[in-house]
Amino acid sequence: MADPVEQFEIHKIFSLGHVGGQEIAFTNSSLFMFICVGAVALLMLGGSTRLVPTRYQSMAELSYEFVVGMMKESLGEEGMKFFPLVFSIFMFVLMANVIGVIPFTFSVTSHLIVTVALALIVFLTVLLYGLYKHGFKFFKLFVPSGVPIYILPLITAIEVISFLSRPVSHSVRLFANMLAGHITIKVFGGFVAALGALGATGALGATLPFAMTTALSALELLVAFLQAYVFAILTCIYLNDALHPGH
Amino acid sequence: MVRAVSGVFGTLFPRSRDVKDRVSAQAGTFTTDAKTMDEKDKPSADEAALSARLHRLGDRLSETRKDRKFQADQSDSRDGNASANASAMARGLRLSSELIAGVLVGAAIGWGFDRLLSTSPWGLIVFFLLGFAAGVVNVMRSAGVASKPIDRL
Repeated sequence: MADPVEQFEIHKIFSLGHVGGQEIAFTNSSLFMFICVGAVALLMLGGSTRLVPTRYQSMAELSYEFVVGMMKESLGEEGMKFFPLVFSIFMFVLMANVIGVIPFTFSVTSHLIVTVALALIVFLTVLLYGLYKHGFKFFKLFVPSGVPIYILPLITAIEVISFLSRPVSHSVRLFANMLAGHITIKVFGGFVAALGALGATGALGATLPFAMTTALSALELLVAFLQAYVFAILTCIYLNDALHPGH
Repeated sequence: MVRAVSGVFGTLFPRSRDVKDRVSAQAGTFTTDAKTMDEKDKPSADEAALSARLHRLGDRLSETRKDRKFQADQSDSRDGNASANASAMARGLRLSSELIAGVLVGAAIGWGFDRLLSTSPWGLIVFFLLGFAAGVVNVMRSAGVASKPIDRL
């Protein structure tokens, strides 16, 4: 049976040189990141700009309006300055997830390092913009008002840890969903191959995991969209703290 | 859009059968009305009737628009619920990752605290428990049970 985690292995395609004794290589992960960016660019730039949109243009406009609607709802008008960030993150994650569902491709977002990098971009944006905009008032985020003074240190410590745990849960959620989904599909696919090798009865039995694999692929497509949406909406929720830390 | 407009006209003038013919006919009368008004003074009764009809048209248009907006809002919120509840597994993973993140970050802070100040094992114990509390707060917040710190004010 095929190794279910083999699909996440990183292969070197060519080397770019050495930095501090560490090889910097162009890997299959880098390749698929470039493919994702290229696909997003093709979608957003390649369409026509007609008044009555074609299907292709409609796809680009829908994704734009989807993100705008989401941001207007959770951040309001003044949050629109973050639109480039949220839209880039959303489209990159969505494209990476959807491309990952296609067989024989590499799923970029099933690697923790990628999702951590994305989550840290959001985390540092919130931190730096909050400090820049509100100065030390930003730390009022951790000190809820109306709490008795004797439990205030405890509450503040919990709030700080809660704030620091955001990039962890933000990144692990996307990573774990993609990893789990891809492994599940691969395991059921392995059952099909193993049962199919057992002759006619086995081939008959193999229809069950085959149906399961088909259903799981559809579910994975849904999860791909859902997780991109969740990642973007959480980005908006966190950015909201940078715009309006506690009063 | 064309269908929507003809639909509005259809409700306004229910007597006529063929919507298209009737719309063009009405447009014709409107233009002739305007022309005759320009050429000579019309009796005020005619003018009053016209303005009353315009008023009625405006009222019905705003009513239809309100209805349509309401429907759109409803379908929006329904879509939002559907995507939010689409996958129970995603929800479970979300909540568990919140809890684990809190505990992990608490433990990491405690471990670093101990290493820097060599207070082992007290930093780890205290921050592990604080991390657990933070994880529970995270879960309650993302499940919508507890309010966000901003709303609590």
